[in-house]
Amino acid sequence: MPTLRIPTPLRSYTNGQSEVTVKGKTVAEVMNNLTSLYPSLRPHIFNGEGQLRAFVNLYLNEDNIKDLQGVETPLQENDRLMLIPSIAGGRE
Amino acid sequence: MLPDLSHDEILRYSRHLLIPEVGLEGQRKLKSASVLVIGTGGLGSPVALYLAAAGVGCVGLVDYDIVEYSNLQRQVIHGMSTLNTLKVESARNRMLDINPDIQVDVYNEPFTSDNAMRIAKDYDVIIDGTDNFPTRYLTNDVCVFLGKPNVYGSIFRFDGQISVFDARHGPCYRCLFPEPPPPGLVPSCAEGGVLGVLPGTIGTLQTTETLKLILGIGQPLIGRLMLYNALDMSFEFVKLRKNPNCKVCGPNPEITSPIDYEAFCGVPGHDHEEGTVGGEWDISARELADRLKNGDSIHLIDVREPHELEISRIEGAQLIPLGQIVARLSELNSAEEIVLFCKSGSRSARALDLLVSAGFRKVKNMKGGINAWAREVDPGLPVY
Repeated sequence: MPTLRIPTPLRSYTNGQSEVTVKGKTVAEVMNNLTSLYPSLRPHIFNGEGQLRAFVNLYLNEDNIKDLQGVETPLQENDRLMLIPSIAGGRE
Repeated sequence: MLPDLSHDEILRYSRHLLIPEVGLEGQRKLKSASVLVIGTGGLGSPVALYLAAAGVGCVGLVDYDIVEYSNLQRQVIHGMSTLNTLKVESARNRMLDINPDIQVDVYNEPFTSDNAMRIAKDYDVIIDGTDNFPTRYLTNDVCVFLGKPNVYGSIFRFDGQISVFDARHGPCYRCLFPEPPPPGLVPSCAEGGVLGVLPGTIGTLQTTETLKLILGIGQPLIGRLMLYNALDMSFEFVKLRKNPNCKVCGPNPEITSPIDYEAFCGVPGHDHEEGTVGGEWDISARELADRLKNGDSIHLIDVREPHELEISRIEGAQLIPLGQIVARLSELNSAEEIVLFCKSGSRSARALDLLVSAGFRKVKNMKGGINAWAREVDPGLPVY
């Protein structure tokens, strides 16, 4: 099953887990299964219309899924998805 | 014409001169270079120290804060002797102590749409060491408008990100993040905390990238984003591509001069009093204490995280962390008067927004949070 890396700011919604393994043959299936597993994560990833939010960057291995086939990108068993969050800290 | 080095400078930089990739010419390039550092806090501290030590001829510093005691856990350019002084002055003094041969220009003002182009235009490289989304978008856009590299670094708890955004040769920050997350979704370091050494790791990497850009050596992080996690000790790289629809660096840009970044990010400007909602929605710690003493019935809700209770707590308050408020609305009674608080008032202000959206009206935010309570009501509690 593909694994998905959860960034620190979102780990409070995945019981602190940094990586989760989720079933799915496409990015969309994995993300839907993930947010069924952790419903409070859903609003942070999808908008009201069920599309990925504009500030959510989802990478398959090294590539942004936007540069592949978007949420329809097919996944292999050992693929690794990574959520890249917007973080802003630094000066304070 | 690159400037010459004095005998003293040749001795000072001898370890650089010995590296063939730097050498005398490289050191002269560093001497003739100018770098602007936005923010002299967590990231800006190591950046400024190493730029000074490396002999970058001119360094500009932008910040408007003073050095506070709680800064010293990570802002290593400042110290006890500069507490309560201007950060830019504190940083300049330390840099000139390391290296009196450089020039340090200070801008004791916030970096804003009004002054950013003027401040940045004469520098070769801009380093983003800010702590908020509006200033990050401003820094990015100004670098695109002026055609300068933006050495980006950002931190949260144990995570860091770093890249070089140079729209002339690759993507910009907006290509990756076209818009900021809604206010409140991503906690700041002031609320979420940060491992003190983390900005050291990320800041020194930003400085490394800056020196490489000036020297013209190696592979800069243009078109790549590095993700660091201190707990896993992992360094991962992903590819970044230019977004053909980017509103700032795309072929048909919509934005060609600085905009209102506070409005764009939906967050209050620099003059907003932190830890408040505004008007009738706020209550001071003193007033709350008086009302509780009078026996008024008030449901006090602490929206901090459980581990923060070990630092300080108010007797009788119910803990509902901000992230659980929406799921636990059934525990609250909208007919009852509710006062929300957190560490300093920001998270409780957001909790108040959530409750008001859910139809609650008899709800107030304790201005300045439990830290204000510690200062005004119960000096037995620590401020953190």
